[in-house]
Amino acid sequence: MNTRQSWLLLAAAVALFGIIAVAFSVGRYPIAVSDLLRVLWSWLGGAPHGLDPTIETVVLQIRGPRVIAALLVGAALAAAGAAYQNLFRNPLVSPDILGVSSGAAVGAVLGIFLSLGIVAVQSMAFAGGLAAAGMVYLVARTVRGHDPLLVLVLAGVVLGSLLGACVALMKYLADPYNQLPAITFWLLGSLASVDPRDLRVAGPLLLAGLLPLWLLRWRINVLSLDDEEARALGVETRSIRLVVIIGATLMTSAAVAISGVIGWIGLVIPHFARLLTGPDFSRLLPVSVLLGAGFLVAVDTLARSIGNIEVPLGVLTAFIGTPLFLWQLAGARRGWQ
Amino acid sequence: MKLAAQGLAFGYRERRVGSDITLELQSGEVLCLLGPNGSGKTTLFKTLLGLLPAQAGAVLIEGRDARTLARDEIARQISYVPQAHAAFFPYTVRETVLMGRTAHLGLFSSPSARDHAATATAMERMGITHLADAVHTQISGGERQLTLIARALAQEARLVIMDEPTANLDFGNQLRVLERIRALAGEGIGVLLSTHDPDHAFLCADRVAMLHAGRLMASGKTTEVMTAERLQEIYGVTVAITAVPLRNGATRNVCLPLGW
Repeated sequence: MNTRQSWLLLAAAVALFGIIAVAFSVGRYPIAVSDLLRVLWSWLGGAPHGLDPTIETVVLQIRGPRVIAALLVGAALAAAGAAYQNLFRNPLVSPDILGVSSGAAVGAVLGIFLSLGIVAVQSMAFAGGLAAAGMVYLVARTVRGHDPLLVLVLAGVVLGSLLGACVALMKYLADPYNQLPAITFWLLGSLASVDPRDLRVAGPLLLAGLLPLWLLRWRINVLSLDDEEARALGVETRSIRLVVIIGATLMTSAAVAISGVIGWIGLVIPHFARLLTGPDFSRLLPVSVLLGAGFLVAVDTLARSIGNIEVPLGVLTAFIGTPLFLWQLAGARRGWQ
Repeated sequence: MKLAAQGLAFGYRERRVGSDITLELQSGEVLCLLGPNGSGKTTLFKTLLGLLPAQAGAVLIEGRDARTLARDEIARQISYVPQAHAAFFPYTVRETVLMGRTAHLGLFSSPSARDHAATATAMERMGITHLADAVHTQISGGERQLTLIARALAQEARLVIMDEPTANLDFGNQLRVLERIRALAGEGIGVLLSTHDPDHAFLCADRVAMLHAGRLMASGKTTEVMTAERLQEIYGVTVAITAVPLRNGATRNVCLPLGW
């Protein structure tokens, strides 16, 4: 890693802390940065802050879990996107290429449709995401004699549209006064209802998915070559690919389960990170994680503060992500050509 | 170090491309595989590398059946310079060559200082040190070929299989690559390469194997195997083989096309 890149990483980390501080401060109940620090200090076991207990509630119970959830979900989607882009040798791939988001959507929508509790809905979303990706992988394994990656992508597209039809059917049948708004709300993505308990479950799952990606970072670089070339260089492509798919799917499913469907991050952020770091995955992964985390915290802060009602996250990421992406596409191509 | 094919049949799934291939490659020698388009040279190479399963017979690497070896074990013995190299991401030349070290790295490891040193040496040997930071997708075809050969050298295998290493190169670069191949043999590396130009076999090969319609038509010492009759048979053109005196008093055969 050269000096320029070390600076970049440092700048990204500093920016991330700035964004986090702003995220804690901004909202219907503004909190000064000094108060924020005093609350956090006392929470860490330091001197009592002696402030209005409302401030503590807002920081620790309301905004804290939400900011952490945004960090985790943004980081997870960006990391999974970066891994999938290398795996599929295509910078236009996003984490839901194997149908994870559609599978999670079917799980969650079914849970809402059956009027289950929030924990059950989240569990079903998580299981749905894993099941969809697993099914895509198995379908692709049974089809032989074609490029394995192409078959994976096609199976993902086909199964994704089938799952989309399932979601549409349940929306059509759902109770339009209770269930339909809840379904729509979930499908647009939101961190408004994140609970500290969610984080205790989703956090370890996300890290468990991230760990193999980090450990295998060099192999993932080689995996982005032609399959036969990678094997001739000594990489067992099939098993490494499976591990990467499992890791990325685990992260995406856990993220989608607590946040609903949030598009664009997994596509745009790794793409953007690539411009800064080049293609080397051992640099791309940490920078993607930092940028993804920062981006979602910023967008979530914006989502809850620009209007009287919250703007759905999926809508806002698309509104911000699309121009960003087009700007990249038109201008700098260095990241992947 | 020895690579041997014994009664090898190869192809893709149901389709058989070639059969009854028996040949050997020792470290320190250059074996040139000649054959017309579609004769199965690339498929044979992939089978020798264990990238395609043998349909019959066996590939032996230092006496051990390639089917029993893990990918990284094979990669430490034989490196591969593919003909068509599709680059999807803009890795630098240094990063590309560094990937040759993968077989020497633990599953979770990244390249160490030793790997960077081996990479630097390999680039130096191919004369591409000045390109180290250039983006691999933005250099010329000849430079890319040298990069891939450097990657194979960084792999530190005793045998190298090169699929048409001189294709897409200009006249000068062709000769420079052949010269490098000769030098590699001098350093004790065994090279198996395919080419379309009989003169390249005369220039660099110790032995020649001729592949025609999926079978080995002939194999042996270059001057014995490379006759006008055989070349005529596999390529369907009339040629003459003439010995040309060289400056040092020796002679070298050249192949002249006469008609078609």
